[in-house]
Amino acid sequence: MQNSVVADNLVKRYGKKEETVQALQGISFTVAKGDLFGIIGPDGAGKTSLFRILTTLLLADSGTATVDGFDVVKDYKLIRNRVGYMPGRFSLYPDLTVEENLEFFATIFKTTIHENYDLIKDIYSHIEPFKDRRAGKLSGGMKQKLALSCALIHRPSVLFLDEPTTGVDAVSRKEFWEMLKRIKEQDITILVSTPYMDEASLCDRVALLQTGKILSINTPGGIIDEFRKPIIAARASNMLHLLNDLKNFAQTEDAYPFGEYHHAVMKENFSEDVLKNYLQKTNEELIVKKAEPDIEDCFMALMPPSPKRE
Amino acid sequence: MNVATKEMIQNTPLGDRGTVIQADKLTKRFGDFMAVDHVSFEVSKGEIFGFLGANGAGKTTAMRMLCGLSLPTSGNASVAGFNVYKENEKIKKNIGYMSQKFSLYEDLTVKENIKFYAGIYGKTDEFIKEKTSSILYQLHMGSEANKLVKELPLGWRQKLAFSVAIFHEPQIVFLDEPTGGVDPVTRREFWTMIYQAAATGITVFVTTHYMDEAEYCNRVSIMVDGRIDALDSPAQLKKTYGAKSMDEVFLKLARKATRGE
Repeated sequence: MQNSVVADNLVKRYGKKEETVQALQGISFTVAKGDLFGIIGPDGAGKTSLFRILTTLLLADSGTATVDGFDVVKDYKLIRNRVGYMPGRFSLYPDLTVEENLEFFATIFKTTIHENYDLIKDIYSHIEPFKDRRAGKLSGGMKQKLALSCALIHRPSVLFLDEPTTGVDAVSRKEFWEMLKRIKEQDITILVSTPYMDEASLCDRVALLQTGKILSINTPGGIIDEFRKPIIAARASNMLHLLNDLKNFAQTEDAYPFGEYHHAVMKENFSEDVLKNYLQKTNEELIVKKAEPDIEDCFMALMPPSPKRE
Repeated sequence: MNVATKEMIQNTPLGDRGTVIQADKLTKRFGDFMAVDHVSFEVSKGEIFGFLGANGAGKTTAMRMLCGLSLPTSGNASVAGFNVYKENEKIKKNIGYMSQKFSLYEDLTVKENIKFYAGIYGKTDEFIKEKTSSILYQLHMGSEANKLVKELPLGWRQKLAFSVAIFHEPQIVFLDEPTGGVDPVTRREFWTMIYQAAATGITVFVTTHYMDEAEYCNRVSIMVDGRIDALDSPAQLKKTYGAKSMDEVFLKLARKATRGE
């Protein structure tokens, strides 16, 4: 299968000699045509730098990349015709109306709203009743739909979405991912970045990114399968006390809050009965059970320990 | 606070510890728009209270009234024992506030930020000096004391911002999406700090878009179209709405919303 995006050892530094920040420390990955590829990582991981290099808006210090088979440096003009890009910050013209913004983007790419209407209809129809409203006066969710419509209006072959769901509530996040699924059906390759780990499961493949390095690339299921250690979920009436107990248990590798329960990553040879007996001594309403890891467990296990953490 | 008092607080059921926030039909109207529509609730001392809602549901407006920054149109509320209409200056002195968007001054050092905030709350030099060193020790940030805040990684900044928000030992701390974009390890370290603060008797009033974090709260309220449509412990909410997770509870309620932002 043909690759839509190939990144090979991309490096990007910012700042002067003494205080350089290594935003990208040798990033390599490929995205197959038609895939929905997620780049999952917290703020400062390098997501935006990576997207700007791939959309030809920023030059890497070293390494190469191709999009749709074209080189991001030599063939940047060709790439710009082929990709859609929705930056993390709202970047449309606030003083133009909804329709004027969309028309503007269509014209730049030498097309018309009419020509590609079927592609954006699903998204644009929600905001079309407000087409005479200035973009700056739209609600967050509507701005997002307009930005996505503008990024799609020239029928790009690859769509780059930089943190489209940041600061968006759970309902709108869900709606947005449903829209992405439908765009994917149009044979458009999608690269989407997000700090929300739970969105990983909605992608075909994901790269976990932290401080400019890729921690793992795989299908969401594959990343979870790579996690081999046993995990215990526990809860009790005093959760803070329970967390300290879990951390102090000799067979515990790591313990942390995980929603309703705490998760404890255990050594291979741990005994659940010994753990239960130990916890029962000082914890009330105790529940201990085996748990399956999720992407967030994997991300934390893969994160290099910070020098400040004990 | 000595250890004995701490133990006492931890062993007292939440409801018996006294009320620190009381809202009674609290309402804010902007023209025809009911931003906050007759909300009533109480928050106990030392409670971790999750304040959830979709974008535009009215969370920020409600929070601004409780912080003494905006006067209600009608209804009543008292915060830390002070009336939101008449004693809003006293409220400000008795609460702490932190948000993801704005927390610390990036061009001041760690120490300067602490001194600045503590000074605003009228703390003595002696108090500031003593507490600064204990906080830097707890955060393992002793060697960063004279660094500019902008040089710190985001996760450290957020943890520092929380310590600064409760530096003056307020009765209540308001946290507005404190963990947005933060890595999962730091997010948990942050919540451990919240647990610890609550264990010393500080009431925590927190908004978040992470539904797993709703589970860390003693009780959670969910706002829909300016009203509080649900308020209970996470376990009870899941039972009531027949949901497996708080995410499901939230989706069930927030989907009923008829208005956007």
